Amino acid sequence: MDVAVRELSYSQAIQEAMAIAMEADERVILMGEDIGVYGGAFQVTGDLVERFGPDRVMDTPISELGGAGVAVGAAVTGLRPIFEFQFSDFATLGMEQIVNQAAKMRFMLGGEVSVPVVMRFPAGSGTGAAAQHSQSLEAWLAHVPGLKVIQPATPHDVKGMLLAAVADPDPVMIFEHKLLYKMKGPVPEGHYTVPIGKAEVRREGRDLTIVATSIMVHKALEAAETLAGEGIDIEVIDLRTIRPIDRETVIASVKKTSRLLCVYEAVKTLGIGAEISAMIAESEAFDYLDAPIVRLGGAETPIPYNPELEKAAVPQVPGIIAAARDLAKGVR
Amino acid sequence: MATAKKAAEQSNLPFAYTRYSHEQLKDVLRKMYLIRRFEEGAEDSYMRGLIHGTMHLSIGQEASAMGICMPLTDEDQITSTHRGHGHSIAKGADVKKMFAEFFGKTTGYCKGRGGSMHIADVSKGNLGANGIVAGGIPIAVGAALSAKRLGNGKVVVSFFGDGANNEGAFHESLNMASIWKLPVIFVCENNGYGMSTSTARSTAVANIADRAAAYSMPGVIVDGNNFSEVAEASHAAIERARAGEGPTLIESKTYRYRGHSKSDRNRYRTKEEIEDWMTNRDPIALFETELKEFGVIDDHGIEAIREDVAREIAAGIEYAKEGPMPEISDLARFVYTEEVA
Repeated sequence: MDVAVRELSYSQAIQEAMAIAMEADERVILMGEDIGVYGGAFQVTGDLVERFGPDRVMDTPISELGGAGVAVGAAVTGLRPIFEFQFSDFATLGMEQIVNQAAKMRFMLGGEVSVPVVMRFPAGSGTGAAAQHSQSLEAWLAHVPGLKVIQPATPHDVKGMLLAAVADPDPVMIFEHKLLYKMKGPVPEGHYTVPIGKAEVRREGRDLTIVATSIMVHKALEAAETLAGEGIDIEVIDLRTIRPIDRETVIASVKKTSRLLCVYEAVKTLGIGAEISAMIAESEAFDYLDAPIVRLGGAETPIPYNPELEKAAVPQVPGIIAAARDLAKGVR
Repeated sequence: MATAKKAAEQSNLPFAYTRYSHEQLKDVLRKMYLIRRFEEGAEDSYMRGLIHGTMHLSIGQEASAMGICMPLTDEDQITSTHRGHGHSIAKGADVKKMFAEFFGKTTGYCKGRGGSMHIADVSKGNLGANGIVAGGIPIAVGAALSAKRLGNGKVVVSFFGDGANNEGAFHESLNMASIWKLPVIFVCENNGYGMSTSTARSTAVANIADRAAAYSMPGVIVDGNNFSEVAEASHAAIERARAGEGPTLIESKTYRYRGHSKSDRNRYRTKEEIEDWMTNRDPIALFETELKEFGVIDDHGIEAIREDVAREIAAGIEYAKEGPMPEISDLARFVYTEEVA
């Protein structure tokens, strides 16, 4: 049976996934700040409140800590909440419940409970929202055993991974780059899942592997197309999940290309690039490396307001092209 | 004479004596002893090096735990605190599985992964003690949200201490519970000190229950060392919650005899203060006096309960000693529901 595939935006794909999950299971509820009639700060929930009512599309007070905790408590006792943090930066306010409670409750109780909560985090820079509304904090949460952390990069994946997250018995944190919300792409109708913990090779190549996350996948693909014109053949891996990491896909690729460039928006130091680099250094792929591993990450600064400074604070296509070219040509 | 007095005061007996049978009241006394002897047994095992880590004892607060839990069913749920042994037993936990947990054994409630500070018994609705002050309060509100949405008639009790009332989670949780009229009862066991800091120094209101007004819910103050008074407040709050009228804040004023934890040098309160509570306001002694006064039990009956509890505690410790330790190879179990590479 053919499944119709349409063009949807990333935010429409999220909304469709939530609607499908809510249609299929009465236990699925949405919680968050201004997700009801307002439709969410980024219009991701949109008009869902009209379809499912305010009891299932629940506006919370501006209470990130308490709200996250209510979602955790509801998940433990039979509901399947999808909790939206209005901005991922506000995870800092809910951290106690995410890190100490959601992530550890199953373990502390010796497996007597599961915590099937989904938390959504609009993340990243590029909107002129300055330092407290533009961060990429996914590595903070990926450092915590008990959580799963995903960064879908396409409308297709965000729908399938959100549906996988709702079905997952454990807490899943979804980091959605805000600049992706309007990006369109093919999305199949109906229910499907994209597995958590599996990376995707977006572009095959022989000369160099770029491991990228979220919006950087698209920038890496653009860089790869440009460099193809120079005869440099780049493999681009969309990591998609940062906990648990798909080791096999990354290691196999590096063994093939012998060169690795990590590209991510979060602050470079102690980020996902460090983890990928160490993973390769510890693996059999290390012996295949023909050059030092290179990381391109965010600057060691808060995200600035000025648009030119803001762009300079995170990797951009020209920088990726330059780094990849140097790495492929052995300049480094 | 006790019987004559009982007859004379039949019309204005304390709540518990009109509500509960003699058998139930004797069982309450038994459980209060069970809590105290359990904690003494845990403390003794700790001193002898059989239990590691730390623990927070609620000796002196037994009437509060029992009074609140008495009207709850096994389906009703609680969230508890780092000082949660009494809540656990009051909610129906088996002391042998609690001891086994403290000893780090796989036969414990949390299979040795949680210990004292995360003691739980999900089968009896205890969603767990919590190492984070106020950490359990939003979780209780979430459980109450489930109860309301799923229409299962459950109510949820969130136990916390006076220290928690100054956490942001307290404010956020009580506000949400009130606006959504959720079936949850907030029980602040005010034992006078958040670790070393007295409520007088930490809290801007005279009574924590006064804060209920800010959330448009009833705020009730009870003598936490008086079982009947606590049970009466609990009944009323549970009735209100089950009727869909929303949450209640109960402040149960009580006292802990032991220090905050095993590191406490008791420098923030006087010996006289502690002795006064132990001598004049001990919840078990007060309850025994009442039970005898109203003809529920005599000294023989009390002695029989004490002996029975002592046997159960001794058997519990033996059970804990005999249980197997977790396999080191099982370290990563229970991090996720399905094994993750």
